[in-house]
Amino acid sequence: MDTTPKAISGVSTFLDDRIGAGSFLKRNMRKIFPDHWSFLLGEIALYSFIILLLTGTFLTFWFKPSMGEVVYSGSYQPLVGVKMSEAYASALNISFDVRGGLLIRQIHHWAALLFIAGMMVHMLRVFFTGAYRKPRELNWLIGVGLLSLALLEGLTGYSLPDDLLSGAGLRITEGVMLGIPVVGTYLTFLLFGGEYPGHDVISRFFTIHILLIPGILLALISAHMVLMWVQKHTQMPGTGRTEKNVVGAPFYPTFMAKAGAFTLFTFGVIALLGTFAQINPIWLFGPYTPADISAGSQPDFYMGFLEGSLRLMPSWEINFLDHTVSLSVLIPALVPLGIVMTGLALYPFIEQWVTGDRREHHTADRPRNNPHRTAIGFTGIAFYGVLWLLGANDEISANFHISLYETTIFGRFAIFLVPALAYFVAYRICIGLQRKDAEVLSHGVESGVIKRLPNGEYIEVHTPAAQDIADHIRGKKEIPIIESGVDGDGIPPKGARTAIGRLRAKASEAYGTDHVPLDEGHGHDEHAAIGAGDHSDGHRDGH
Amino acid sequence: MTDNINDQPEGRVPARVIGTPPSNGPILGDEIVHEAKGVPGVIPADPAVAKRAERIVALLFTITFLAGAAFIASYVIFQVGTIDRTAASNYALGSSLSIALLSLAAGIVVWVRQIMPKYNLVQERHPMASEADTKEYVEETFLQGANESGFVKHKMLRRTLLLAAAPLGLAPLVLLKDMGPLPGTALRHTVWGTPTKDGKPRRLVVEGTGQPIRAADFNSPGGILSVIPEGYEEDLNALAKATLILLKFRPDEIKSGTNLNWTHDGIVAYSKICTHVGCPAALYEQTTHHILCPCHQSTFDAADGAKVIFGPAARPLPQLPIAIDSEGYLVAKSDFNVPVGPSFWERGDAEAEAREQKA
Ligand code: HEM
Ligand code: FES
Repeated sequence: MDTTPKAISGVSTFLDDRIGAGSFLKRNMRKIFPDHWSFLLGEIALYSFIILLLTGTFLTFWFKPSMGEVVYSGSYQPLVGVKMSEAYASALNISFDVRGGLLIRQIHHWAALLFIAGMMVHMLRVFFTGAYRKPRELNWLIGVGLLSLALLEGLTGYSLPDDLLSGAGLRITEGVMLGIPVVGTYLTFLLFGGEYPGHDVISRFFTIHILLIPGILLALISAHMVLMWVQKHTQMPGTGRTEKNVVGAPFYPTFMAKAGAFTLFTFGVIALLGTFAQINPIWLFGPYTPADISAGSQPDFYMGFLEGSLRLMPSWEINFLDHTVSLSVLIPALVPLGIVMTGLALYPFIEQWVTGDRREHHTADRPRNNPHRTAIGFTGIAFYGVLWLLGANDEISANFHISLYETTIFGRFAIFLVPALAYFVAYRICIGLQRKDAEVLSHGVESGVIKRLPNGEYIEVHTPAAQDIADHIRGKKEIPIIESGVDGDGIPPKGARTAIGRLRAKASEAYGTDHVPLDEGHGHDEHAAIGAGDHSDGHRDGH
Repeated sequence: MTDNINDQPEGRVPARVIGTPPSNGPILGDEIVHEAKGVPGVIPADPAVAKRAERIVALLFTITFLAGAAFIASYVIFQVGTIDRTAASNYALGSSLSIALLSLAAGIVVWVRQIMPKYNLVQERHPMASEADTKEYVEETFLQGANESGFVKHKMLRRTLLLAAAPLGLAPLVLLKDMGPLPGTALRHTVWGTPTKDGKPRRLVVEGTGQPIRAADFNSPGGILSVIPEGYEEDLNALAKATLILLKFRPDEIKSGTNLNWTHDGIVAYSKICTHVGCPAALYEQTTHHILCPCHQSTFDAADGAKVIFGPAARPLPQLPIAIDSEGYLVAKSDFNVPVGPSFWERGDAEAEAREQKA
């Protein structure tokens, strides 16, 4: 094609004459996007959000956010004649009397799960590759905000259908709110419009769920994208890739087409799940009443860790001066979430403080190359994981025939021990992987060719690693360590004189010390012993 | 910051702007833009591969067309109205939609991979921070503007503006007050303390059927019954606090924690609302007399005043004083003597107070 079709050039000229779109397009049509499979994780969350907006809007056309009582008279025979809230009746109506309604409800729910799961793994990717470092701290904070809001969005959405299962979640929410010192009862009465459950909470949650939080999410997601666009994506280390460039494919046409395909793919997979994997079959649970509960019910996966931490807690409560602080509610409901979210939010700044590193970073770290960061990440995952597993301890107990209480007591220890163990193991694995890298650089890779030496020993011939692999490995960066050594007169630098200063210096040294410096290995012979024979020239790499 | 300089590392060709028209022509205009032939970093696809790929993509797009048409047809053909028909409609709509989407996605992927070129383009990054003279200019302008506005010089102006903002900022919060009443002592009472219209004590009725319970008929030791107050069967607010579990023991099974004066012939009533965060403590194990809350597994000993023997709940399930009326039906003698359900700030050690009062 040598000329732009009239239809396109006409429109583009119209727009350019009015808003000068040309200079924006000139700068951005060929914006370069680096490629790596892990960069797709955030996109899963993004496209799931779009699906949530579309399917959610569809649901609002039939859903009635009212706690007014009606007698069910729809197509689902087992519940005909049962008194229930209008909200529950309308959710049944969407499921059984609207063509495609059940499909869209299930797609909405699956998309919600994928949205949150996508965000979580995306966040882990950003953490482990250090992509939150300067200049991207703001986008990291936006991400933490998005995750917190998404949890709230899920909680409010889960409560809307007003079935017996969603009501249990709501009751727990109320119980936790009541426990908040000083203002708890007031907050609860405001939210519920009086005593629990009242007649207001569903319609209030509805507004929060479809307007307030999605609005904020949309704004934050847009800001997230704009920042990403302006700061350009990080890239994995490799041939020709530096801190000063981006290597990859242009936005137009490839990245655009790929993003479109991935949106469709995400939507397709969610549609498959929505079709064949039943989720939240509200008609089986029945309408909500505070007098009943369906046994063995599980919340959505992202709430599981809170359930687990509530189960783990011993029965502590403080009474003083006619007041009550119910630690067995407050600690498990607020502390783990607080630790994880605050820890995430502060990590970039703590790391900067410890390393004294104020430079911009645009190439991603491979997780192994910052072993302490990676170990801290795995500690967090283990902490979350133990709570999450404990949230399903009744299932575990039933399936593996372990006493329920033993799983809880195990959890009370595991919540401290497993994260510590995870730290240690992750750290060791990182160092091990670094050693393997160093070996590849110094001795090359196994070529698959076995040679027999005159003395009878078999060796495998090693060849230097391919250029791209070697460059990928050489992308390892030194982690700065702050100045802490004493000067000529035996006086430590100013910053390291206080207790905090000394702690910082110690932490910095531990965090930044490279235990496996890369050695390009010139002058070694290019083979390693693999077979029988004289091992006299055996392993030189046993450091 | 975002210019497109594709300087190849090898530097085979002088750097040029790829894919953008000459800067002073119309964008996407009538001017001929020559497709990048032999542009460094753009590796065209093998024409033979592209030819084959085109057929695959066309096939996939056709599948999407057919599946899309099938979706619309399914909407018309499959009606809902019974469980089976809803299921059939769901499968038909869902499968056709999934196939349409996935096939379209696959088509585009093949297109990108085998027909579009491979790219290895390089774009420069620049530090995010602005140049020094830009910063200087901004700072000067800021100071100039601040001084021009008089905000710095006029102290009164500053202070009264702050003063003006404070109540306006609070106003939206104040407006929220009417979302709900103040708690007052609502959490301390249940409807068990409210006598019926004709002034008689309130009967216990079975949840679901609404049947009053004749003490003589409730005689299966080991049984557990979910019980609610007569006249409030539909009132969820009342049920959220007043729902009970009713059990019957043999006299020798009851331990000291249970208040015998509040039982009738071995029949004991406890609040069903868990003292942890309020789930109905609905599970009962007959052999051990354990009441188990399914939410976080707080376990209460029903024979011993429902005291906590495991789990996060910090207090026993309160016991309701019961008796029988003239017709032999179970009634509440009074309200609970402590607040039921989860703890709250104003609750205090109500159990200790109740004990003191009795003593
Ligand atoms: C942004 C993230 C969102 C999440 C995580 C989320 C999550 C959920 C969940 C878990 C449910 C319960 C689903 C079920 O009934 O099976 C739900 C229901 C619902 N959501 Fe969302 N949602 C989101 C966005 C939206 C949006 C943007 C809208 C509307 C514009 C919406 C409208 C609704 C409606 C009307 C229901 C109740 C209908 C029903 O249960 O049948 N949601 N949501
Ligand atoms: S609500 Fe009963 S154990 Fe938590």
